[in-house]
Amino acid sequence: MTVWREAVGTPAARVEGPAKVTGRAGYTYDRPVTDPAYAFPVQATIARGRVASIDSAAAAGVEGVLAVVTHRDAARLADTGDAELAVLQSDEVGFRGQFVGVVVAETPQAARYAAGLVRVEYEQRPHDTELRADRPGLYAPEQVNGGFVSDTDEGDVDAAMEAAAVTVDRAYTTPMEFNSPMEPHVSVAVWDPGERAPGGGFAEGARLTLFDSTQGPHVVRSTLAQVFGLPPERVRVISPYVGGGFGSKGMPHAHNVLAALAAWAVPGRPVKLALTRQQMFALAGHRTPTIQRVRLGAGADGRLTAVAHEVVEHTSAIKEFAEQTAVGARMMYAAPNRRTSHRLAALDVPVPSWMRAPGEAPGFFALEVAMDELAQACGLDPIELRARNDPEVDPESGRPWSGRHLVRCLREGAARFGWAERTAPGTRLVGRELVGLGVAASTYPYYRLPGSRAVVEYEGGGRYTVRIGAADIGTGAWTALTQIAADALGCRLRAVRVEIGDSDLPAATVAGGSSGTTSWGSAVVAACRAFRHVYGEQPPAGAEAGADMPDDPDAERFAMHSFGAQFAEVRVDADTGEVRVPRMLGVFSVGRVVNPRTARSQFIGGMTMGLSMALHERGVLDHRTGHVINHDLAEYHIATHADVVDVDAVWLDEEDVHAGPLGARGIGEIGIVGAAAAIANAVHNATGVRVRDLPITPDVLLR
Amino acid sequence: MRVNVHVNGEPMVADDVWEGESLLYVLRERLGLPGAKNACEQGECGSCTVYLDGITVCACLVAAGQAEGREVVTVEGLSEGRARRRGGAHDRNPRPDPDADGVAGPRLDRLDEVQRCFVEAGAVQCGFCTPGLVVQAHSLIASASRVPEDAEIREALAGNLCRCTGYEKILDAVRLAAARVHARAAAEDARTVPGGADD
Repeated sequence: MTVWREAVGTPAARVEGPAKVTGRAGYTYDRPVTDPAYAFPVQATIARGRVASIDSAAAAGVEGVLAVVTHRDAARLADTGDAELAVLQSDEVGFRGQFVGVVVAETPQAARYAAGLVRVEYEQRPHDTELRADRPGLYAPEQVNGGFVSDTDEGDVDAAMEAAAVTVDRAYTTPMEFNSPMEPHVSVAVWDPGERAPGGGFAEGARLTLFDSTQGPHVVRSTLAQVFGLPPERVRVISPYVGGGFGSKGMPHAHNVLAALAAWAVPGRPVKLALTRQQMFALAGHRTPTIQRVRLGAGADGRLTAVAHEVVEHTSAIKEFAEQTAVGARMMYAAPNRRTSHRLAALDVPVPSWMRAPGEAPGFFALEVAMDELAQACGLDPIELRARNDPEVDPESGRPWSGRHLVRCLREGAARFGWAERTAPGTRLVGRELVGLGVAASTYPYYRLPGSRAVVEYEGGGRYTVRIGAADIGTGAWTALTQIAADALGCRLRAVRVEIGDSDLPAATVAGGSSGTTSWGSAVVAACRAFRHVYGEQPPAGAEAGADMPDDPDAERFAMHSFGAQFAEVRVDADTGEVRVPRMLGVFSVGRVVNPRTARSQFIGGMTMGLSMALHERGVLDHRTGHVINHDLAEYHIATHADVVDVDAVWLDEEDVHAGPLGARGIGEIGIVGAAAAIANAVHNATGVRVRDLPITPDVLLR
Repeated sequence: MRVNVHVNGEPMVADDVWEGESLLYVLRERLGLPGAKNACEQGECGSCTVYLDGITVCACLVAAGQAEGREVVTVEGLSEGRARRRGGAHDRNPRPDPDADGVAGPRLDRLDEVQRCFVEAGAVQCGFCTPGLVVQAHSLIASASRVPEDAEIREALAGNLCRCTGYEKILDAVRLAAARVHARAAAEDARTVPGGADD
């Protein structure tokens, strides 16, 4: 049995920290390639229709332009089943901002200038980008993200609501939100063409190397191999340093394909493509806006008899992505009558995708504000209300919890935060500021994704190399895996080097679903054990052993989730309605924490993104044009240093004995879940104004 | 056009620069210094912050020609042994440095205090905003006559966006670096005052 004591659980400094603070860490665009050319896309200026004509003569005549590629002459892809990735394969336009061409030139400036000279005429068709709950054509998806069923219905919610002593029945909305990692999406494509197939298609002998900013080099490889009709071993994806992703780099997007098509058009030249910040708003995924109806029925004592969470949200007409917004309501509270549903509007909008805690992040804004409303209606403390409805087993599956410590988190947080000082809504005025406290519960599922493998090699001289094609997008996984390997091998931290970020390394699942450290970590533990089993403590130099991530039988027997309690203090300017958040506290139950230093950053970063969601973030879609009009960091606001005062996170000292060899559940996403609700609830406590639509802007409080 | 600029203490020349090119582009693509990052191209995020004649600027908003004959310091120029490393960054898969207490890459003692404190305080996550933040924090500390208040730090760094960290650990790093830098300066002042070293 591995002893977690030397490295795991210690606040080891980030292994790549010095490389990052000195500017030496080579991100995708930074990596030198020989004789690069530069690509700049041409984007559709209509939301729906077809390209009628393209005049690229002026662009082609610009000095330094090497190629202008459009649907008329782009190489044919082998698989166009994924409409997002079927780049330049037809004249159809499915959303504004979609790629309709690309210019490749000797300099990025020439490419950009020339792209602006490409004249595209369209045959425009009527488009529809507006999400409304009463619109026709809403449909239930076959399943929602994560593989969950779209709808559940247990008991009789309507009858229970009818009979309930206390009810809440409200609509909540969240806007279109954008991941906005600091590093834009970048792909650098290098072809070794082999023999060109007749007609300019991709020959079997071709090889593609893609330097890519991604959360999963292996998934990019397998997806692009299929799109280009290449055997996977002829595609290599390299991405050791990734400047954030938050889900938006979790799966390949159109720019990956565009970079490869552009490079194919200029044989012998690597092609660098970096989306601009503005382009990311149409091309790198986003979180769907949501319209959520939450109904809660309870006895006078606050015990829930009914929970219903019904969601309307959008997807792109060209590709379905169904955010699992109501899934969390299935397991969160004990109630005999429960209903959840998801209805999609397929709109002429950019393709939505993963954004940190898809499902839980918007869903728990609605559910946890509704719980606050119920507490108020029952005259109960919101913490007591949640304690009374804490289920002994998972209400949905009937399975026992591997560890549900929500109430402990709430009570621990209440003591630390000074919850007892909370007064009645709208009663605490300090100077010209209304002060309020709010709380919300948080949860995130434990995902351990199958499909990872790790290999350990002894290099001699006391040094080991561990290889796994994982990704560290800023999470700290690189450091955590180094710690895990050191303990699993029984050696010092500094004796271990972990290689990640390359599809030539053993397979690894995507950095998503807060699953990385647990999934990859389990594979690393298995590989280290296999290594010691074969070679013992005195291995010869060059000795190597590997193992796949072992199965996880407990995952079938237990309901496994992380939990947390989010607390917020707000101060609302009584004259202007400006909301400031002087304090936030998160108390989390996540199983074992591998590295307290990097874990704390993950929690606090997630909570701050929740603050940003609560007060700042709103993508504005102009329904006349289908354009996200605030498509840059000047107008799509994210929290800055000056918005944050005191955000802290603590966690219960525990391990989850059912959660694999590490006893750790995921931590990357839970920090955002419930944070916006805690702030909205605090705003209500401060002002007496109940805000059900995000973001909470001053005008709402001044009405 | 030709642009002559001192970067990190060395004279450098870039030829055939188009008049519309930014200083950021010249640094990254022509001079082999990719430390400053391109993340918004409109001066909103601060990822490209560098010193220009001792003042921090967003290099994406400075035309390369404006840097003619002037002094630029990038994040690469803050630590020892930096400037000669040309042609981009190559650190992949770092090994914890045996001399650096489990920390990889350049040894901690070769870093500038601000850089060192960013590592120690856990102020680095994805690292893309880090070079700009390090330069901006360096400037704040160097220009202050005392350890800055929290509110001053937050205001000074409000133009450097970070999407990962939630800013708390960045604040910790800057507080730590400021305290160390000013303590060292105070100790040096004491030494230069006759008899002061014995106080």
